[in-house]
Amino acid sequence: MDKVIKYVLYDILRNRIVLGYTIFLLIMSLGMFQLENDPAKAVLSLLNVVLLVVPLISIIFATIHFYNSQEFIELLVAQPINRQKIFYSEYLGVAISLATAFLTGVGVPLLLFGGGAIRSGAAGIYLITAGLFLTFIFVALAFLASVLTSDKAKGIGLALLLWFYFSLLYDGLVMMVLFYFSDYPLDKFSLAMLSLNPIDLGRVLVLLQIDVSALMGYTGALYKNLFSNFTGVLYACLLMLAWAVLPLMLAKRIFIRKDL
Amino acid sequence: MKSNSKFIFLFVGWMLLWLVFVSSALAADLKVGPNSRYKTIAAAVAAAQPGDRVLVQQGLYQETDITIDKPISLVGINNPVVDGALKGQILTITSSRVVVKGITFKNVQVSHLKDHAAIKVVESRWVTLEDNTIENAYFGIYLQRSDSCTIRNNVIRGQGKTETSSGNAIHLWYCDYASIEGNKVSGHRDGIYLEFVKQSRATNNLSEHNLRYGLHFMFSDGNTYRHNTFRKNGAGVAVMYTKNIIMEHNRFEQNWGSAAYGLLLKEISRSTIAHNEFTRNTTGIYMEGSSKLSISDNEFNGNGWAVRLLSSCEEDTFRLNNFIGNTFDIATNGNSQHNHFSGNYWDKYAGYDLDKNKVGDVPYRPVSLYSMVVEKVPSSIMFMRSFIVDLMDAVEKVFPAFTPEKLLDEQPSMVRL
Amino acid sequence: MISIKNLNKRYGKLQVLNNLSVEFERGQVVSIIGPNGSGKTTTIKCLLGIVQPDSGEVYVDDELVLKQWEYRRKIGYMPQISHFPENMKVRQLFDMMKDIRKDVSELDEELIGLYNIQKMYDKRLGSLSGGMKQKVSASLAFLFQPDLLILDEPTAGLDPLSSEILKAKILKEKKRDKLILISSHIMSEIEEVADDILCMMDGRLCFYRSIAAIKEETGEARLGKAIAKLITY
Repeated sequence: MDKVIKYVLYDILRNRIVLGYTIFLLIMSLGMFQLENDPAKAVLSLLNVVLLVVPLISIIFATIHFYNSQEFIELLVAQPINRQKIFYSEYLGVAISLATAFLTGVGVPLLLFGGGAIRSGAAGIYLITAGLFLTFIFVALAFLASVLTSDKAKGIGLALLLWFYFSLLYDGLVMMVLFYFSDYPLDKFSLAMLSLNPIDLGRVLVLLQIDVSALMGYTGALYKNLFSNFTGVLYACLLMLAWAVLPLMLAKRIFIRKDL
Repeated sequence: MKSNSKFIFLFVGWMLLWLVFVSSALAADLKVGPNSRYKTIAAAVAAAQPGDRVLVQQGLYQETDITIDKPISLVGINNPVVDGALKGQILTITSSRVVVKGITFKNVQVSHLKDHAAIKVVESRWVTLEDNTIENAYFGIYLQRSDSCTIRNNVIRGQGKTETSSGNAIHLWYCDYASIEGNKVSGHRDGIYLEFVKQSRATNNLSEHNLRYGLHFMFSDGNTYRHNTFRKNGAGVAVMYTKNIIMEHNRFEQNWGSAAYGLLLKEISRSTIAHNEFTRNTTGIYMEGSSKLSISDNEFNGNGWAVRLLSSCEEDTFRLNNFIGNTFDIATNGNSQHNHFSGNYWDKYAGYDLDKNKVGDVPYRPVSLYSMVVEKVPSSIMFMRSFIVDLMDAVEKVFPAFTPEKLLDEQPSMVRL
Repeated sequence: MISIKNLNKRYGKLQVLNNLSVEFERGQVVSIIGPNGSGKTTTIKCLLGIVQPDSGEVYVDDELVLKQWEYRRKIGYMPQISHFPENMKVRQLFDMMKDIRKDVSELDEELIGLYNIQKMYDKRLGSLSGGMKQKVSASLAFLFQPDLLILDEPTAGLDPLSSEILKAKILKEKKRDKLILISSHIMSEIEEVADDILCMMDGRLCFYRSIAAIKEETGEARLGKAIAKLITY
């Protein structure tokens, strides 16, 4: 697998969009730390951007890359190498390049400016964790969208729709449900709903560091247990891992049987 | 004339001599220890005359139910340990002007019928308890109907597991003019508990890791609390049904939980809360039915809710406070507001200052729409900082429709105070 | 060497391959012809495993190859259009392919030499023209000395000189007892290199004969005319 992944990486790391993405994140992160005196506050502002931009760029870039690599993938498929390897190489190639861009663009400024305060330090580490997870998850979703339809326009449309759904629509719908059924105990429901959206999971991961004081005010015993120790972090991380692996597996299954 | 003056001189001389003799006879030192005359504290106390000192030598004493009924001093030399062996109360003081100093008391029985304490003071005055260490006691120091007592530099460490099987570290009931200074209390139900205690002072105490409240007082008017630290207590600090109190330079830290408060104020009036630090509490100050409070120069940092101001509060003034890094600055449950905010620094303030007078030109509204949603639907707390919530709050800031119209700071400070 | 039996493939309503059965042997140069949409490319893609047939079997050296991949070490493939990763350098592409086929020790670098690929080694693939990419693609197809060469419209983007080089190479390989399948529309070219012609029509085999036989049968000297005659029959 590493045979191909290395070369896919070579290619994407020098891609102009990836370079632009890195520089954008870098300028934005540095800007946040310059504008905000309190590094914790900068981390918060960064969180908002990371939760919006990282999934968007990841899913759109990966979808476009997949369609643009159609002929190259065909060429690879005609070589003595199995499809699974090709698929994982492409996936890891894209995901690792975008993750590298993210680490450079957000991780380095965080390390330079955000590491000082303990509060922003821990939050920063989890912000990076969440961003990396989101990168891998949304590249997986992009690959899923790409193998579902051979039409490039449709594929990109589907990818955009997925992004819009996870970053805005979903939370709005769940909040509405919570509001209308506020007379019922909805602890487990809201937790389940949270688990069904990777962006929410990423957000909670950082929230557990920054807003734990407020989260502890929530009455549910379930949550208290989740928030008060490492369980919450583990829970969110495992679910996010599942969010990356499951769509990827599904996409791989489809890809293996697909006509290119 | 001369013989007269001589006589007076002689008389005074005799009087002084007699005084020295008598007082030295009264202030005898009774030593307690394995190699001393008295083997037990109880025996020494029984033998002591008013004004005597009972000096307890280093060692371990298995004693309970010692009663001091005369004004003597019980002083530990090289930290002797009195072990109650979980059999009832250790020391009961029923006399005024008693001093207990430098002794470690440990293992006091838990009882649901009697309030067993390591040191109990009953209906006495001017009692001083200092430099003692109390470990694994049901109640630590327990004063009832005893005025003008001093509790200073004691360390009281409990091992309470539940609220019912644990007493308070320092417990005062109907005690006026008390002075509670420099004590370190932990692991009890309440760190410091005051009920019907008036005109008293609590200063420089550290109360942490208690199961319920770090400081708890009710019906205790006119008290002053300064330079205390209340940290990681189950429910923070609760003060109820009291007026004319002063709380200054205290620190309220890391009181976390669904019912935990840095400071819970219920039916408090005409009091001052100033120069305190509220750091990383679930709720910095929770205010219910409190009126005419002056809350100024405090620092609210990293709390879930800096202040929860219920609509039953009136005429409270918030001035010159810093609100930094709190999830919610102010939350309230109703739309009517009769409190006053002015000149505070809010880190979330996004206004401008064109005339450069360091006061924002547009008012700040510290109540966000989302905080009101959370108030109504607690489970929506999970959507904090999501894009939809930010959007909602941004719209509400521009077109306020749901948040209390009058709850605003007309003169928000542009700089941290 | 290759045996295709009852191959069927359907894209939605369109039956692309209809019960196709055909066999190829070593030493043959077969030209696959037929109108657009007749199933030429699909047949090639089925052979390569790029497309999975709905039913039927494909054997390479008596080995059923559907959903397999190891057999492709015997195949060199030159696609109709070459689209490589833009920022990859030519050298890296060759390195990658060599990495994938580590088992091949003796490389055939004749085309690399003739096309002067070494000069392009440090160029980005994205900066190459269509014809240059075809040269790269052709060099890659022959590089590992495969027993089977599949060339999909090989000369389409090549300049005349390069086309000649490629044709000469095809003939050279033919002599080395290799099976070469060429999909093409250019009759003169077919005549030059191929022995046999496989003509497809609506996913079926139309005819599969040697060029000599075709000419003899139709009495036409020119291949194009002969084939036109055959199809209209």
